[in-house]
Parts: sequence; C-alpha cells; structure tokens
Amino acid sequence: MTETSKKPLIDVENLSVHFGSVTDPVRAVDGVNFQIFSGEIVALVGESGSGKSISALALAKLVPEPAGRIVGGKILFQCLDLRYSESAFRIPEKRQPEEERQQSSQPSCNDFQGLEKQKGAGTACFQGLEVLKLKSSELRKLRGARIAYIFQEPATSLNPVFTIGWQIGEAIRLHRKGVNVTAEVEKLLTAVGLSDPKRAAKAYPHELSGGMQQRAMIAMALACDPDLLVADEPTTALDVTVQKQILDLLVDLREKRGLSILLITHNLGIVANVADRVYVMNNGKIVESGETKTVLRTPQHNYTKKLLAAVPRLRNGGDQNN
Amino acid sequence: MSDLLRIENVSVCYGTLDAVRGVSLSLKPGETLGLVGESGCGKSSLGRAILALEPVAAGRVMFNGYSVQSLKRSALKKFRCQAQMVFQDPFGSLNPRMSVGAAIEEVLFVHGIGGSRAARRERTAALFNDVGLDPDWLSRYPHEFSGGQRQRIGIARALALEPKLLVADEPVSALDVSVQADIIQLLKRIQRERGLAYLFIGHDLAVVREMSDRIAVMYKGEIVETGTADQVCDTPQHPYTQKLLSAVPDIDMALRHFEWVKKE
Repeated sequence: MTETSKKPLIDVENLSVHFGSVTDPVRAVDGVNFQIFSGEIVALVGESGSGKSISALALAKLVPEPAGRIVGGKILFQCLDLRYSESAFRIPEKRQPEEERQQSSQPSCNDFQGLEKQKGAGTACFQGLEVLKLKSSELRKLRGARIAYIFQEPATSLNPVFTIGWQIGEAIRLHRKGVNVTAEVEKLLTAVGLSDPKRAAKAYPHELSGGMQQRAMIAMALACDPDLLVADEPTTALDVTVQKQILDLLVDLREKRGLSILLITHNLGIVANVADRVYVMNNGKIVESGETKTVLRTPQHNYTKKLLAAVPRLRNGGDQNN
Repeated sequence: MSDLLRIENVSVCYGTLDAVRGVSLSLKPGETLGLVGESGCGKSSLGRAILALEPVAAGRVMFNGYSVQSLKRSALKKFRCQAQMVFQDPFGSLNPRMSVGAAIEEVLFVHGIGGSRAARRERTAALFNDVGLDPDWLSRYPHEFSGGQRQRIGIARALALEPKLLVADEPVSALDVSVQADIIQLLKRIQRERGLAYLFIGHDLAVVREMSDRIAVMYKGEIVETGTADQVCDTPQHPYTQKLLSAVPDIDMALRHFEWVKKE
C-alpha cells in the first residue's frame, strides 16, 4: 500500500471562516480541525447555524467569498485517482485537436501543483493539494470530479428546465471526455436504485418524487467517481422511510466503491446508524469528536448530551419528564 | 366521556384521485391522537377536511355532536373558534408582509374578540408569553425569526381563539432535532394547561409516539392500524407499521448493535 493510505484523504487544519464586519465578525467557522480517511463515513453534527455547512463548502473552496472570508487554515486533499485510466485532469477543450490527441496519450496534470500521474500506474504517490491555494481553473477540475456535493433540497438543487439525464451528463461531459454519456447515465441511475433508469433519464425534476430526486442528485455526484462525497443534510427534507433508503444507499456506495462520505446532519440517530466517526459542532467550533459508538455511549461535552437527549426515542416509550 | 371529534367513513377526493378512503377515527377531549404515514398517504388532506378546509366527498365529520359539513357562514365561523390548525411550514404559513403581532391580532379582530385594539394587543402579548416568546418582538416580521420561533408564533396564532381541538400538521418536521424537542414540550405543556385535544400528524413514528396517547397508521388513504401508542409501537400488527418502525433512525438499537459487535 502506498503511504497515502495512512494519510487522511482530507485534512482540515485550523479552518476559520468569517462573515460580516472585519472588526466584529460572525465567526461561522472558528479554528476547526477534522480529518476524513479513505472509505470512511464521517458525520459533522450540529444545529442550524453551527457552521457545519460552511465547513463543508470550504473543502472545495465553495464559500461565497464576497459575503464570507476564509481567514485562516489549511485544507489538504490527497487526491486518489487510481480508478481512472483516462486523465481527469485534462486541459479543457480550448486546445487544438492535435494537442488534445497528444494530451490523451500522455496524461499529465500540469494544472495541479506537485501532482504527478502516470498512465496505467498501479500505485501512485500523491502529495496533498492545498485546496485553499488552488487557482480557479484547478478548482474547477476538483469540484464535481474529485469532491462532489449533494444538498438538502433536491427540488431546488436540480435545474427545473433540463432533464435528469442531461444534468447528470453535464458532469460527465465536463470532466470525462470520450465516454458514452447515455450509457454512463443509465449505469449511474441504476447504481442509485432507480427502477426505470431510461425513463428517469428522460424525466424532468418535477416529475420525480423527493426521494427519487435525491437519488438523481446522488447519481450526479457520482458521475465522475469522486473521492469524497459531501452530503449536506441529504435526508432532512424527506420522509423517514425514504430517509432510510437514501442512507442505506450511501452506505452501500461506500461498500461497493470505497467512497468516503462527509455526512452533515443535526440528527444523532442517523449518525448512530451510519457514521464511523463523528464531529460535534457548536457555534463554529468542534466541541467533541471520536468514534461514533464512543461519543454516543459516553458523551463528554454538554452540547453533545443535549443533542442526544433531543433525539426522539422509539423503544423506551414517549417522554418521561412530563 | 363522549367524543369531541368523530370521523365516520370520510373520503376526500381531488378530481379522480382518492386521497382519503373511508376513514373512521375518534378523539376525546384532552386526548392526543397521532396520525402517522408517509408523504402522499392523505393525512394532511384528512386534517384539512376535519377543519372544513377541504370538501368531504363521502362520510361525516362530527364535532361535539354536530356535523361540520352542514355548517355555513356564521356557524362555520364559530366552529373555527373551536378547532384550529398548526401548519408544517413555519416559513410559508406566516404572511411575510405583516408583523407577527398584527397577524395574531387580525385573528382576534375577525372574530370580534377583545373589543379594543389595546385589549387585543394585551391578549396577543399574553399569547406570546405563553409560547415562550418575548412580547417585545411583536412588531417584528416573520423573516426575523428562526424556524423554531416561527413555529411558536404559529402555535400562538392557533391558540388565539381558545380552541378545544388543535390539528397539528407535521408541526416539527421542518425543524432541527433539538428544536423539535422544545416544540414538543411546548405543545405538551399547553395541552396540560388548557385541556386541548390534539390530532398530531407526522411521518416519524418516534416523534408521533412522544406526543400521542393513541396512534392511527395511514397508508394510501386508509387507516391500516390503530391502538394505544404503546400497542402500535411495541407490538405492531400491520406490515406497514413494522416498516415505519424500522425506518426510524433509532439510537438505542444502534448502540445495542455496537455492544453486540464488541462482544464478537
């Protein structure tokens, strides 16, 4: 195994994101440290306004920068690209055709600093990418291809005027050249558990139910076989039964594809059933972290205890403290 | 004690779609009946039909012995004083262009309660206190409040006419888990203090169990199981109820699983 397997896939060090005035800022994210290892499901838990969504957006430098300011910290991303035989880092289509042909026979990643890749290499040794220092052109290659996102409201995240198939295909056309888009789209829609992938591909978002829309979003996120999937409250807007299906799907994808998942939620019940490790966030800081079973069985911080107490319990029957 | 609300074989249709099919339920004063089911099962339609917000295609809704469908105009207005609704969407159910105080005062004004503006304002302030909000905020607009606070305002508005029945249509589904817990506690306290009956509609059995004395499980427009909360949750009979139960992200089960794995 390469040395990268011991290093975390994502290593966030001392990240701070501020909003508002410079003299008295809102510290949305305040000196946060967390790591995600390959093939892990990590949960980032906290209430609305705790800073978890902004922390997740920062991973691909997606924090809206006029409103927000990333004032400090480092995000190291170990890009694992072994599953690709074609280059995911190819320069975009503005090049001349002969240059492209040259590029395709010798994939190189001149856009990323310190990154080397050999075609057909069985193992690779990557240095980390410092996400916060990347140029826009490099970030565009990262987003959607290596780090993918799914959000809470699939109805508003999906473009209402394009078919599902077209939207999933967009990511493929952008990042994976020379691939049969229709076939790939069908494969992805099947992988996310949609029973009639051909029909789903031709459908518009409003023609699908909430659960199906979220599956379509997941298919879109998987289109370029990312290393990390960031799921920001993916099931909050869904019924409990659909929620279970979507969470089962995410766990299944982790098993089958070795996908790492950062799951953002406010419900510790979901965390208990799905996550390997958990970070608890409050007011921009991480107050507690550790393996899920440890944190849930023996919570140390008062805030974690409060979140635990708030989860509706099924077995012990209703509320005892009337 | 006779039933406060009795629903007899009610059906609600939207065109050719049968949203609710032959549902019969009953509710006694001061009791909470939980109505649980997935999206699209017809529970919201049933809630609305009970409050005469939707026409009933068949069957009867009996409130305190009289049929709700037969009510017109002033009689219907009086019924509205007795049965109110708390809506799911704390963002969509408040008029964004009215201050929250004005929204609640409007309710009192329309029903001729309070007499003078000052009296109405006093009652509104008292309602705000009741739901745990600061009366100083009455002049603020909905967008200035958080989701949980807006839901409290919705509850205050529903209580303004001192109803006997509150239909709560997924009142906590759009809220964070910790805020959900607060709102559930609030609803329980109000019930104790005012002797209200609740029809609590939801999709999460764990949440519904916390609130309810009895539970009815709804699937595709029909009731598939009823019983006390303990009966339905501990010994579910119908396969759909069992499916709902297994879908709840249960911490205790997960922790027990950890124990089991550790022992291996």
